[in-house]
Amino acid sequence: MGYMVDTAFIVKFTPLYIEAMGLVLELCFFGVLFSLIIGLFCAIVRYYRIPVLRSAAGVYIELSRNTPLVIQLFFLYFGLPRVGITFDSFTCAVTGLSFLGGSYMAEAFRGGLEAIGRGQIESGLSIGLSRSQLVRYVALPQALAVAAPALGANVIFLLKETSVVSIVALADLMSLAKDLIGLYYKTNEALLMLVAGYLILLLPLSGLFRFAERRLRYAGFGN
Amino acid sequence: MTDTMILDRLNAVKPAEERGAPLLEISHLRKEYDGVPALRDISLRIDKQEVVVVLGPSGCGKSTLLRCMNGLERIQAGEILLDGGVLTTEKTDWRLIRQKIGMVFQSYELFPHMTVLENILLGPLKVQKRKRKEAETAARVLLERVGLYEKRTAFPRQLSGGQKQRAAIIRALVMEPEIMLFDEITAALDPEMVREVLDVMLELARSRMTMVIVTHEMQFAKAAADRIVFMDEGEVVEDSPPGDFFVKPKTERARRFLNIFQF
Repeated sequence: MGYMVDTAFIVKFTPLYIEAMGLVLELCFFGVLFSLIIGLFCAIVRYYRIPVLRSAAGVYIELSRNTPLVIQLFFLYFGLPRVGITFDSFTCAVTGLSFLGGSYMAEAFRGGLEAIGRGQIESGLSIGLSRSQLVRYVALPQALAVAAPALGANVIFLLKETSVVSIVALADLMSLAKDLIGLYYKTNEALLMLVAGYLILLLPLSGLFRFAERRLRYAGFGN
Repeated sequence: MTDTMILDRLNAVKPAEERGAPLLEISHLRKEYDGVPALRDISLRIDKQEVVVVLGPSGCGKSTLLRCMNGLERIQAGEILLDGGVLTTEKTDWRLIRQKIGMVFQSYELFPHMTVLENILLGPLKVQKRKRKEAETAARVLLERVGLYEKRTAFPRQLSGGQKQRAAIIRALVMEPEIMLFDEITAALDPEMVREVLDVMLELARSRMTMVIVTHEMQFAKAAADRIVFMDEGEVVEDSPPGDFFVKPKTERARRFLNIFQF
């Protein structure tokens, strides 16, 4: 006895999985890109306590971190059209991921910025650097090194979060597996391929971040 | 500009006739932290080419005074003038002022992600918008003067404390400031490295750089100072030539302070 894996099924649907993996990567890429931009912006306005913007960023971060992505996507996909704003599925998913990821990235950057000693800022000021020069030449390079592990973890987190985008009618890995199970009852094969698909995407990414993190640590900041 | 011209400019001993004109004037300065006074009513005048050493027990406000001089601390009352211009108005552009006031910190505060040379060139290139070639030459001349030219591509973590502090001095000097402020810059150093940093300051004093030095190095104060300012509890208690201060201090507080250093 024993279960026979249906290799023909696996071979047949591998191209579909690869396609879905492509979509996941694409979503993740744009989601991460915009998350980083939003996160950096929020972290800087909060770090410099810029009035109004700082409170707005605070409200956004709380809202974004304390609501699930599914709800955010529902709102974008089904809620906004009622007031006349419509997105296509892909834009909707990227917007949702960026909205969610932005706050996580903001907190990672903030951790990095806050790790910079007061003395570094003061010594930058005393050679006449402006605030923006201070951020660019002194604070950010050091903050990035500190924030790198958290930023990497957020990228992995966002990639995994793409698994709910089927609710805005996108054929990602998760929805593909569900569809195949529904159509062919090949639950084991479909789920096996699903796990393999995520691992193929995520393992190299984690490895890359671990490597980068080590390099940054060896770069050995700190006087 | 040729190398020799830069060299001449950097090595130039300032003309003696400038001596005695006021450079930095502080009047009735008051500084509080959350209502607790740190500086009560400070009036002080620093002349061009003068070396003033500020002494006093910990917490007497000497570091705070230094930090007020380049705008790192907001003051509650009083006035600071540099070269006759008032610094303490709302409109003061500290970015411009700070280029004329060099400051060196106890904890070096070199930028750890930059080499020695990058640390030194950041101000001249990004703040003063000087030409790279000219700034590099100026940096080289200064680095050679303190024996650090070989270390120009090293990162701060690869330097000893004394080397870091000399690099930090050069980072301030390369801006060609009118006055240098030193905030206990040897306090974090191992004893054998204190000397190399003090020597750099002594040499600066001889080239008639205007300096305000906060330190606990009494021998150095005796050797380098034109004037000793003794502070206690946020006030200037004595302001006299080192010969007078160390030999016959006028106040009981200064006598008690000096006795701590006697064995």
